[in-house]
Amino acid sequence: MSAAEKLDPELESFRAEARAWLAENFPPSLKDKDVSMTAMAGITLSGDAKLWQERMGAKGWGTPTYPKQYGGGGLTNAQARVLQQEMARIGAKNPIGGMGVMMFGPTLLEYGNEEQKARHVPGIVTGTVRWCQGYSEPNAGSDLAALRTQAVDKGDHYLVNGQKIWTSGAQFADWCFCLVRTDNSKKHEGISFLLIDMKSPGVEVRPIKLISGNSPFCETFFTDVKVPKENLMGPLNGGWTIGKRLLQFERAGLGSGGGSAGRGGAAQGIDEIAKKYVGTDEKGRIAEHQMSARAFALTIARAQAEAKSNAGPNQTTSIMKNAGSKLQQERAELLLEIMGSQGLGWEGEGFTREEIESTRAWLGGKAVTIYGGTAEIQNNIIAKRILGLLDHQ
Amino acid sequence: MAVLTEEQSMLRDAAKSWVSEKSPVTAFRKMRDSGNEDGFDKAAWKEIAEMGWTGIIIPEEFGGSGLGYLTLGLVLEEMGRTLTAAPLLSTAAATSALLIAGNDAQKKEWLPKLAEGKAIAALAVDEKSHHAPSHMTLEAKKTGGGYTLNGKKLFVQDGGAADLLVVAARTAGKADEKNGITLFLVPGNASGLKRTKLKSVDSRGVANLEFHNVEVPGSAVLGAVDNGFDVLDATLDRARAALAAEMLGAATQEFETTLDYLKTRVQFGQVIGTFQALQHRAAKMFTDLELTRSCVEAALTAIDRNANDIPALVSLAKAKVNELAHLVSNEMVQMHGGIGMTDAHDSGLYLKRARAAEATYGSASFHRDRYARLMGY
Ligand SMILES: Cc1cc2nc3c(=O)[nH]c(=O)nc-3n(C[C@H](O)[C@H](O)[C@H](O)COP(=O)(O)OP(=O)(O)OC[C@H]3O[C@@H](n4cnc5c(N)ncnc54)[C@H](O)[C@@H]3O)c2cc1C
Repeated sequence: MSAAEKLDPELESFRAEARAWLAENFPPSLKDKDVSMTAMAGITLSGDAKLWQERMGAKGWGTPTYPKQYGGGGLTNAQARVLQQEMARIGAKNPIGGMGVMMFGPTLLEYGNEEQKARHVPGIVTGTVRWCQGYSEPNAGSDLAALRTQAVDKGDHYLVNGQKIWTSGAQFADWCFCLVRTDNSKKHEGISFLLIDMKSPGVEVRPIKLISGNSPFCETFFTDVKVPKENLMGPLNGGWTIGKRLLQFERAGLGSGGGSAGRGGAAQGIDEIAKKYVGTDEKGRIAEHQMSARAFALTIARAQAEAKSNAGPNQTTSIMKNAGSKLQQERAELLLEIMGSQGLGWEGEGFTREEIESTRAWLGGKAVTIYGGTAEIQNNIIAKRILGLLDHQ
Repeated sequence: MAVLTEEQSMLRDAAKSWVSEKSPVTAFRKMRDSGNEDGFDKAAWKEIAEMGWTGIIIPEEFGGSGLGYLTLGLVLEEMGRTLTAAPLLSTAAATSALLIAGNDAQKKEWLPKLAEGKAIAALAVDEKSHHAPSHMTLEAKKTGGGYTLNGKKLFVQDGGAADLLVVAARTAGKADEKNGITLFLVPGNASGLKRTKLKSVDSRGVANLEFHNVEVPGSAVLGAVDNGFDVLDATLDRARAALAAEMLGAATQEFETTLDYLKTRVQFGQVIGTFQALQHRAAKMFTDLELTRSCVEAALTAIDRNANDIPALVSLAKAKVNELAHLVSNEMVQMHGGIGMTDAHDSGLYLKRARAAEATYGSASFHRDRYARLMGY
């Protein structure tokens, strides 16, 4: 919190308002509990968790900066930060999450037409409509623009045929934001951004099992799926720009909020865990990790402060995804090493729940340098766009 | 590759074709998915014994072939390539203790059975979640002519299936002292011994052991009373070097599979192996593989020659192979992208085995420290 923020009387009155509302509405039983991603895992909330989600949804504070007219919080960035501080103070986590909030919502607000916004934003704000991302295909991963899923103009609708893969949460999703090919003669300029109702006839999903044992993602098949023309977002063959913009939101989310190691709190816990299993930090390995986590947290803070004063994102944000995901993976590896043989359990007797969970998280976390654009692709982007290093000719 | 005798190359070739025909990764996967509690396939183990691999380190007079540790390493390396799960390494580890310190009666009783693969043996050392061979609290109290054992051992490789356990126990002194450690031969079905088979991340057979007043006769003492640490350390060195060979095999396979993928997966209209970001990392892995192979072979050869720098060479090999396994298993997943994250792909199986093997018989950090001490700093 900067000095300027502290002294701003309007912000302070908002702080009082937020504090009072939270005191009344946040169920203490949910202290430090994150339920934002449960919808993507197909879990239906009940009890206090459901209540908390409903209240935050109705207030619009799960999406604090979304415009009020679509049910958002209508807060300024500064107010949103105050809200975040007040929530952190009492251990309240935002219960509204998933791909709708993190990626699709902001993109929809920028590129959707009035009708699309009115139709789709409210479900995102309340966390009641679940979205999945239909980008990757078996032969179009890093080279996303090589995608081949076809959408053919049939007058009043598009007829979609093709296959997506690695579609996270597709088995539970209500809707899919999808990149499809609408012109075969051009690569990037032949792609459109289409919203597909997952309940449409011809949509089939098959869950894929991950090395961590869960099946959070799917193969998604489209066979003669009819998509009404009103579900085209942005211009025909103009989907690449929109798709890339969405990736920026995804990467920003993955880097800062997503990488739990980036949050000072989580990373600090590692020394406590280490004490239990190995005693002191003789070789400075834990300190080394904590220092990297601190450097990352300071960088997030600096980027935020600079973005505020310069009005707009700066170059520093380009390093967030790789730095954050690297940190998260390092932490998981270090934890595994700290736990020794207790970190090598898969299930059953002989291991605590925490031990099993952190082993599974270590495995699942190998994906953070792969999804949302691999670490290599991120580095290519930094090298080319930020540093001006061009491909050799 | 070390310069091999004809016999050694024949055995290696035999191992190569057996693992590819009879024990490919799909066999390991099948074993894992069948919920097999032992963590290995009994029929495959029988074949391994029939091929004589169980007798490789056992002298001819006790029914083995006496070919030695480098030869054992060649076989384990091939098994590592396909993630073949078998109690060969554990049995060899326990057998090593008998070879080093067993008296005639003990050798005559056990070695022929072990050579034939009729008995499975395991080495029970660690009591904490980290390898610490001098940390010993399992108590062996002299009672009449024998001993009574009380305490526990954690994460014993193949401890659940073993017919014979070589157990390190404390007969004198305090928890972390080297003096006062004694080795015992304990049958797997001893009364008072509770064995809990664990479900480990690499789906191998590991077990926690609890000793509740387990009584053994005086003849169960292996080596000298109170002076077992040196034997234990020498035994562990043989186990570490053998494990290093298995890990080298796994890393080699991971590398080759990844290299194949770099040569076939097309993105941006070209195979991904044309990207220098990946080329240099492949070159680095190749470099590390070559360096590590030298260390592993040197350690195994030193054991066969009974050289006086076995401990340092073994710690060198295990530290290097741990680093290699860590790097290559991570790169395998990363360079395969999404497909590498799926259970259907082999990457995850290798990754899980790599971390389990890294932690077994000493992490890289344990062996760096040990190497430093052995070198006098
Ligand atoms: C857990 C998980 C969830 C996912 N969720 C979704 C989702 O919801 N929706 C969705 O659409 N997709 C999703 N993905 C897919 C993800 O975006 C892709 O896996 C990723 O973009 C990589 O594509 P690929 O798997 O085809 O790998 P490839 O592109 O084939 O890459 C293989 C390797 O080559 C490297 N490589 C490729 N090109 C270059 C280059 N030019 N220079 C250097 N190296 C290069 C890559 O970095 C990688 O290491 C998910 C993936 C995972 C693992």
